[in-house]
Amino acid sequence: MTELSTLDSGPAALEPQEEAAALADTEGDIKGRSLSQIAWRKLRRDKIALTGAFVIIFLILVAICAPLIVKLVGGSPYEYHQELVDPAIGPYGTFGGMSSAHPLGVEPINGRDIFSRVLYGARISLLIAVLSTILSVAIGTVMGIVAGFFGGWVDAIISRVMDMFLAFPLLVFALALSGVFPNEAFGLSGLTLRITLLVFVIGFFNWPYIGRIIRGQTLSLREREYVEAARSLGARRPYILFTELLPNLVAPILVYSTLIIPTNILFEAALSFLGVGIQPPTPTWGGMLSDAVQFYTLPYFMLWPGLAIFVTVLAFNLFGDGLRDAFDPRSR
Amino acid sequence: MLSYLIRRLIAAAGLVVVISMITFAIFYVAPRIGGATSESMASRYVGRSATGATVEQIAERLGFNDPIPVQYWNWAKGVVVGTTYDYGAGVEKCPAPCLGYSFRTQQPVLPEIKRRIPITFSLAIGAAFLWVVSGVAVGVLSALKRGSIFDRIAMTVALAGVSMPIFWTGLISLSYFSYTLGWTPPGASYVPLTENPLKWAHGLLLPWITLALLFSAQYARLTRAGMLETMGEDYIRTARAKGLRERTVVMKHGLRGALTPIVTIFGLDFGLLIGGAVLTETVFGLPGLGQLAIQGTKNNDLPQVLGVVLLAALFVAVANLVVDLLYAVVDPRVRAK
Repeated sequence: MTELSTLDSGPAALEPQEEAAALADTEGDIKGRSLSQIAWRKLRRDKIALTGAFVIIFLILVAICAPLIVKLVGGSPYEYHQELVDPAIGPYGTFGGMSSAHPLGVEPINGRDIFSRVLYGARISLLIAVLSTILSVAIGTVMGIVAGFFGGWVDAIISRVMDMFLAFPLLVFALALSGVFPNEAFGLSGLTLRITLLVFVIGFFNWPYIGRIIRGQTLSLREREYVEAARSLGARRPYILFTELLPNLVAPILVYSTLIIPTNILFEAALSFLGVGIQPPTPTWGGMLSDAVQFYTLPYFMLWPGLAIFVTVLAFNLFGDGLRDAFDPRSR
Repeated sequence: MLSYLIRRLIAAAGLVVVISMITFAIFYVAPRIGGATSESMASRYVGRSATGATVEQIAERLGFNDPIPVQYWNWAKGVVVGTTYDYGAGVEKCPAPCLGYSFRTQQPVLPEIKRRIPITFSLAIGAAFLWVVSGVAVGVLSALKRGSIFDRIAMTVALAGVSMPIFWTGLISLSYFSYTLGWTPPGASYVPLTENPLKWAHGLLLPWITLALLFSAQYARLTRAGMLETMGEDYIRTARAKGLRERTVVMKHGLRGALTPIVTIFGLDFGLLIGGAVLTETVFGLPGLGQLAIQGTKNNDLPQVLGVVLLAALFVAVANLVVDLLYAVVDPRVRAK
C-alpha cells in the first residue's frame, strides 16, 4: 500500500476451493450460470453496493454527455470570465462566485467556469482509470496464470518481480517516467500522447496487485480434480488454461478490476496534481487541486474537484466491496 | 539462522541494485524509445542560445554519448568507490558513496539528501505512531463489536478515509486549521527537533494527522479483517475454555495472530514513506526527500532523482529485512524454510 492505494485484502476475499467446487460438481454451463445468479441476487439486495453502481453509471453518463450539459449550464471550460473576478481577492459574490450561469462558481484570476471544468475532468479521469485498469488486469491475469499454472522457476521469477514492484516507490517512478518524455513521441503529440503515457504508466505499475491474487487462485485451482481429469483425458495445456481455469477466474478478475479503478483514479489525480499528468489547460481534477494550492484562502475553489474525486472513488469502492461479498460463498 | 540472514541480505541488496537500474533505464532508455537523441537530451541543460558545440560538450560531460550500460557502470562505481567530477573549470573528488552531481546546480547530491532526511523522517515517524495506534485500536474494537453501531460508523469512516485523496484532505485542513482558525502554523514551516521540540511537533501536527488519517483507515480495515479471522480460530476457544480473562484472550491470543500481516505491511509502508511522502510534502510545503524527487523529475535532473530513489529502495529493503528477521525470531517455521 502507498499514499494512494485503496486496495486491501478484506475479510471476504474469495475462497477458491468452495467456489471452484460449486462449479466443478456438474457441467460448467448450468451451475456456472447459477453461481452468477446467486451473486446477482445477493448484489441486488445490497443497497450500498447498488448505490455505488448507480453513482458510477451516473458519472459515466455525465462524462459522456459533458459537452451537451455545459452548453446548457456553465459554458465552455476554457472560456475566461475575467469580468466576474476581482484579481486581488477572487470571484465576486458569495460561495466562490456561484450564480445560475456558473453553478459552482468561477476560478480565481481568469474566471473559468468550475462546473464545466469538473465535468470535463470526469472524462479524463474515468477514461484513464478504465483504460489503465484494463491494462493492469490484462498483464496481471496473464502473469498470475502463467506463474500459478507453470510453477517452478517461472513462478519464482514472476513472484520476485511482483514483490519488487510492491516495494517500489511507485509514485516517484511514475513521476520520473511521465516527466522524461518530450512533447512528441511515438508519433503522438499533445493530449493524446499524455493520455496514452498515463494509461501505460499507471496500468504498468498496478498489475502486481491483481497478479498476486490471480496467481494464488490459479495455484489452488490447478490442483482440483477436474483439472486433473482433463489432463488425464489428454487435454493440452492451452485447453486446460482457457477452458478449465479461465472461466473460474472471471469472478476474482471482475471484483479486483472494480477495486483497482479507484486506485487508478487517485493515481492519475496525484500525477496531475504534481504537474506531470495531463497538462493545462485541459481540465483535470488533480490539476484543478494543484491550481488551488496557491489560493488556500478560497475554500470553494478546492472543494469541488476534491469532492468529485472522493465521490467517484467511494462509489467504485462501495460497488467493488459489494461485488466481492456477492461472489463470496461464505457470506450470506 | 545465519544462512537465513545472509540470504535475506543478498535479496535486499539485489532489490536495491535492480531498482537503481530501472530508474536509470527510465531516464535514458525511455526517452530514446520516444525518439530523443543524446544532443536533444543534452540541450535541456544549456541556455536557449547555446551553440551546437556547447550542446555536444555538455552531452560528452554528462556522459550521454556513452552506451547506457557504461553510464550506469560509472554511476554505480561512484556509489561504491567514489569518483572524480569534471565540471568544466576544474576537477573535484567525490568520495564514496558518491551519488553524483546535480545536472542543474552542479552540486553534489548526497549532502542535499542528508539535509532532507530528518524532515521526511520526522513526518513519517509521527504519522506512523498515530496511524498504528488509532488504526489497530479501531480495528480491534470494530471486530469485537461486529455489526454494532460503532463498527458500522467506524467502517464507513474508514472507507471514506481511503477514498479521499490525501492532497485534498491536506489542502482542506491546511486552509481551515491554519489559515482560518490559526491553530497550526501555515505550510512550509518546519522547525528541527533539536532546535525546539515543541515547535517541531506543532508544525508537523497537521501533516501527521492528514497522513495518519489515510493510513489508519487502511489499518483499521485490515486489523478488523484479521481479528475477525483469528477470533474464530480453535486456539481462541481453547484459551477461553482455560478460563482466561476475555482481555487476555483478546490482547495476547487474538491480537497477536491478527498483527502478523499488519507488521508486514507496516514495514513496507514505513519504508516507502521515509523514501519520500511526495504528496504530503508537496501540500504542506515540507522540503523533504519527496520534494527533492519531484524537483529532480521536473528539472530532468537524473542524479537527484536517482539518489532519492536509491535511498527509498534502501529504506524499503531495510524495513523488509527487519520485518523478516522479526518473523524469524517469532516464528520458528520461517527459519527452517
